[in-house]
Amino acid sequence: MKIGIVCPYSWDVPGGVQFHIRDLADHLIRQGHHVSVLAPADDETPLPPYVVSAGRAVPVPYNGSVARLNFGFLSAARVRRWLHDGTFDVIHIHEPTSPSLGLLTCWAARGPIVATFHTSNPRSRAMIAAYPILQPALEKISARVAVSEYARRTLVEHLGGDAVVIPNGVDVGFFARAEPNAEWQGGTIGFIGRIDEPRKGLPVLMKALPAILAARPETRLLVAGRGDEEEAVASLPEGMRGRVEFLGMVSDEDKARLLRSVDVYIAPNTGGESFGIILVEALSAGAPVLASDLDAFAQVLDQGAAGDLFANEDADALAAAAVRLLADPDRRAGLRERGSAHVRRFDWSTVGADILAVYETVTDGAAAVDADERTGLRARFGLAARD
Amino acid sequence: MIETLIWIAVALFAVGLYLSWTAGRLDRLHSRMDAARAALDAQLLRRASVTQELATSGVLDPAASIVLYESAHAARQAEEEQREVAESELSAALRAVFGETAQVEAVKEIPGGQEATRELAAAVRRVPMARRFHNDAVRAARALRTHRTVRLFRLAGHAPFPLAFEMDDEPPVALADRPGT
Repeated sequence: MKIGIVCPYSWDVPGGVQFHIRDLADHLIRQGHHVSVLAPADDETPLPPYVVSAGRAVPVPYNGSVARLNFGFLSAARVRRWLHDGTFDVIHIHEPTSPSLGLLTCWAARGPIVATFHTSNPRSRAMIAAYPILQPALEKISARVAVSEYARRTLVEHLGGDAVVIPNGVDVGFFARAEPNAEWQGGTIGFIGRIDEPRKGLPVLMKALPAILAARPETRLLVAGRGDEEEAVASLPEGMRGRVEFLGMVSDEDKARLLRSVDVYIAPNTGGESFGIILVEALSAGAPVLASDLDAFAQVLDQGAAGDLFANEDADALAAAAVRLLADPDRRAGLRERGSAHVRRFDWSTVGADILAVYETVTDGAAAVDADERTGLRARFGLAARD
Repeated sequence: MIETLIWIAVALFAVGLYLSWTAGRLDRLHSRMDAARAALDAQLLRRASVTQELATSGVLDPAASIVLYESAHAARQAEEEQREVAESELSAALRAVFGETAQVEAVKEIPGGQEATRELAAAVRRVPMARRFHNDAVRAARALRTHRTVRLFRLAGHAPFPLAFEMDDEPPVALADRPGT
């Protein structure tokens, strides 16, 4: 099958959506499919052979932060050329509501279009204003995919219609095979994520740490992620700061080893998560997981069966749950076992098969993807040159 | 005088352009709906065929075979008005037979059973997908068709009003080890 995938965010900047697209493309290529990814990228960035650059993304303030997006006449022309040259059986657009390549492709293409909705932003003013403009483009999408039940609910509320739920994939084997690092073992708690981003929840964990250390003084907290380390421990009493080790940015291999080594992995995120790929990675590595009870997290953890949950933003509840877990090796072993069984449904072999099933369902009896001639004004009057 | 006429012509042209664009949208939605309906038909037929094959292959006990054969046959032969009910009954029959993991494991051990269960699992997974895509297309088409402009200018012509396909498509638990669907 010839598959075209559209990535709305800059390929040079690492991010969840980009990683997902990279792994999906790798998986599909291994299955023998022909894949081309259209993504914004700087000209100097080395790209994998299957990525086609749609030009440099422009930083624009959008939705409360600065997003790097592609739009305008030049990008639209590149999208058309890619569609025309690719002769795809199906195109898969990610995040079609962001004003970038996804939306442009929706506008310019006709034929079987699959779209994955990653984020579950609350309804924004811009979205309401843009709705009449978005609708004609979005109604070309033949199949909508949401990454979680939570993301699907927001999608249905905002745009109507329905979507199937296919979770993000993880290479479970990669994490399960990683070698534990002895330095990171023995009464350790793990945290992975941006240090200076409050919604990742490190402040909540720092607030809970004194109570955890009071009950179990030998505990160490290992933090992997970018950010200001001094500022992160500022709220801790002087004597306890030594119990926190910062590992900085870690490679994929070290991330897997860290997750294999820790006694408990804690995800204290306070909101804004629509899936929680890090939890799936922790479960794959067999780490007992303790997470805040966000909708998305509760779903990944099977409502608490595959990992423990605590009340969101409640440092006391976090401390109590962490101490209970650290003191109970049997419970940790039980969580490891249930987590490893539960996580198989997130493996690429399962997720990839589901995505392919969606492709096959929409291409059944449909013509291949092509540039939509109707969008050109000249085409409407039969003036466009036919080739 | 001439100026007024020109303005009227421009306005009429703009309205015509808008109507032509809306008609194009509607046409595209109708063909998307037709494709989705064809895909749903194909998936339902595939599910019924796999079930019937399994029922006649002798990998199941006679009672289960009869239940599955009956409902698969009924689903394939159903008239258009009875279709949603017949397909829902097939879903219920599949759930009754493959409700237990032990039953699925037993079928897998019989020669040919492994492949049969894999095919059935794929079929029961794809029916809800195809149905969601179909009903999503129906919703989009209905939303546009109830729009004033479309009704006033009868842009939809004589195309029948789109209807959703409502059925019980819950897959058997033992065959669908997936979250959130």
